[in-house]
Amino acid sequence: MIEHLPALMIAVPLFGAFVSPLFKKKQNIVAIWAILITAVTVGLSLLLMYQVRLNGVIVYVFGADKPTLVLPSGYKVPIRIMFEIDGIGAFMAISATLMSFVGALYSYSHVEGESGLEKYYALLLLLEVGILGMVLTGDLFNLFVFLEIAGIAGSALVGFRNYRGEASEAGIKYLIVSSVASLMVLFAVGILYGEYGNLNLAYISRQVSFNTLDMIAFGLLFASFAMKCGAVPMHYWVPDAYTEVPAGINPALLVSTYASLYALFRVSFTLFANISISLARVGWIMSVLGVLTMFIGVTMALVQKDVKRLMSYHAISQTGYMLLGVGVGLTVLHDPKALAEFGRTAMAGGIFHIINHIIYKSLLLMTAGALFYVTGTRNLNEMGGLARKMPITTLCFIVGAAAISGLPPFNGFASKFLIYESSYRLNPLLAVFAMVTSILTLASFVKVFASAFLGPPLEKFENVREVPKPMIVAMVILALLCILFGLFPDVVLDKLVYPAVDALINVAQYQSWGGLA
Amino acid sequence: MNGNIWVNFPFIVVALLLALGFYTIGFKRNLIKVVIGIEILEGAVNLFLVALGYVRGGYAPIYTLAPSEAANPQNMVLPTPQALTLTSIVIGVAVSALMLAFAVNIYKHYGTLDVTKIRRLRG
Repeated sequence: MIEHLPALMIAVPLFGAFVSPLFKKKQNIVAIWAILITAVTVGLSLLLMYQVRLNGVIVYVFGADKPTLVLPSGYKVPIRIMFEIDGIGAFMAISATLMSFVGALYSYSHVEGESGLEKYYALLLLLEVGILGMVLTGDLFNLFVFLEIAGIAGSALVGFRNYRGEASEAGIKYLIVSSVASLMVLFAVGILYGEYGNLNLAYISRQVSFNTLDMIAFGLLFASFAMKCGAVPMHYWVPDAYTEVPAGINPALLVSTYASLYALFRVSFTLFANISISLARVGWIMSVLGVLTMFIGVTMALVQKDVKRLMSYHAISQTGYMLLGVGVGLTVLHDPKALAEFGRTAMAGGIFHIINHIIYKSLLLMTAGALFYVTGTRNLNEMGGLARKMPITTLCFIVGAAAISGLPPFNGFASKFLIYESSYRLNPLLAVFAMVTSILTLASFVKVFASAFLGPPLEKFENVREVPKPMIVAMVILALLCILFGLFPDVVLDKLVYPAVDALINVAQYQSWGGLA
Repeated sequence: MNGNIWVNFPFIVVALLLALGFYTIGFKRNLIKVVIGIEILEGAVNLFLVALGYVRGGYAPIYTLAPSEAANPQNMVLPTPQALTLTSIVIGVAVSALMLAFAVNIYKHYGTLDVTKIRRLRG
C-alpha cells in the first residue's frame, strides 16, 4: 500500500474533484466533502515527506509490473511515465495540500451565498491535482499536462464571480498568459524530445550537451516559467488574478504560482545541471531578476488603494526574494567552497521563503477577504475603525503584516535574514536592495493597518460583526503557523528545508532514479 | 539531395505560424482574434510535434495490421509524438472553450471586445 503513495497523491483529489458535482443540490455537503478530501491529502503529503526522509528519492513508475521497475529487462531507456519525488517535491506537496485545506475551510463561509459551489470545489480540487502533479512528476510532458490543468482550473476560478465583468477580464488575462507559457513549454519539450528521443527528466539531464538547440529549449523553459511565476517583465497578470479570485482560492493560486517557480528551479538545477560554466551566468540573471521583481513590486504596491491589489503587488515583490536566494545559490553551484560558505544558506533562505510567503500572504489575503466580506468594499479609503469590531481578524492581520515585513519573532524574518546574510557575500548591493524593499513593505502595511483598522468607527459599519467561525479558524491556523515557524526556524529548516536544498544540489541522486538504475 | 530541403519544410511552416501567432496575440485589438492567435500558436506546436515524429516510408506501429515488409520493427514509427499531439489537442480545446466563454461574458458586461477598452483593472 505504502509504495502506491505517489499515485494516491493524485488519485485522491482527482476522485474528490469528479465526485463533487454529484452534490449539486446540497451545497453544504460539497464544502464538507472538499474539506475532507483536502485534509486526507494533507495527511498523505506528510506521510510522503516522512518516506522521502526515510528512504531518499521515491520513484514510482506508472503501469509497470512493480512501481519501482524503471528499466524493464532489455531496455536501456525508461519508456513509462514516472513520478520522482525528492526533498523539494515533497516540500512543495506539503505546501500545496496544506494551503488547499486552509482554503477549503475558509471557503465554507466565504462563498456560502454564491451559486455553482459544486463547480467551485471541483475546480479547487483540480487545481490541487495540477500543482501536485507538477511538483511530483519526473516526466517533461507530464509536467506540461499538469501545468495546463493548474492553469485552466486556476483561471476558471479567477473568473468564478461571473456576474462581475472584472472577474472575466482577470480570468482571460491569466488564461492567455498561462496558455502561451505552457505552449512554449511544450515547444521546448518537443525540441528536447527530437534531440534525445525521451521525455524522462533524469534521462535527458544525463544526455544534455548544451548545443544551440538546448540553449533555445532552456531559454524557452526559463522564460515561460518566469512568466508564470510572476517575475517582473511579465508580472501584470498577478495583481488582477489575485484581486478577483475569491479569497478562499488565493492560497491554492499562490501555491500554483510557486509550482512554476519550482519548475524553474528544477529546470535550472536538474535538467541543465551539466553545463557548469554558463550556470553562474544563469544564476546572476536569476538574482538580478529577483532584485528587480522585489523592487518594482513594492514600489507599485505603495500607491494602491484597493487592499487586495496592494497585497498582490507585495506577492510579486516577495517572489523576488525567492529568486534572489536561489539565484545566489545557482551562481556558486559549481564552486564547492562558496557553496558551503553561503550558497547553501542562500538557497535555504529562498526555499524557506516560499513556504513562509505562502503562509503569511494567504493569511493577509484572507484578512482582506474578511474585510470585503463584512464591508462589501475593497477600497481602503472607505474603511476605518474596524479593529474594535473584528478583534481576531485584526490580530491575524498584525501577525501577517509583521511577518511580511520581516520583524523578528515571525517567520518572514527567519527566511529573509538567511537571504540578507548570504546575498551580502555575493554582492552587498543585492542585500541592500532586499533590505530597502523590506522597509518599504512595512511602510505600506502600516498604511493598510491605519486606514482599515484604526481611526474613528464609521457609522455605516455600525452593525459589522466578526466573520463566521470557519474563516476565523482558517486564519488562526495560518497565524499560528507564522509564529511557530518564526520561533522554531531550526526545526523547520532541518526537517523540511535543507532536505529540499540538498535535493536540488545533489543532481546525481536524481539522475540515477534514486539509485534504482 | 533535393529531398533535404523538403524535409525541413514543415519546420519552416512551424516558424511562420509561431511568428503569425505571436503577432496576432500582440497586435490585434479584438479579443476573439487574440484567442485565434493562441489557437495558431497551438497549431504551430502541434505541427512541430507531428513533423518530429514523421519518418519517410515508416509504418504505423500496429503489429497485427502491418504489411509483411513492415514486420521488422525498424520500419515502424514511434507512436509517442502522435500521442503527445493528441493530448495537446484535447487540452487546447478546453483552453479555447474557456477563453471564448470569458470573451462572451466580457462582451455582456463591457459591451465591447476591444482589448484597449476592457481595462477596468488597472493601477
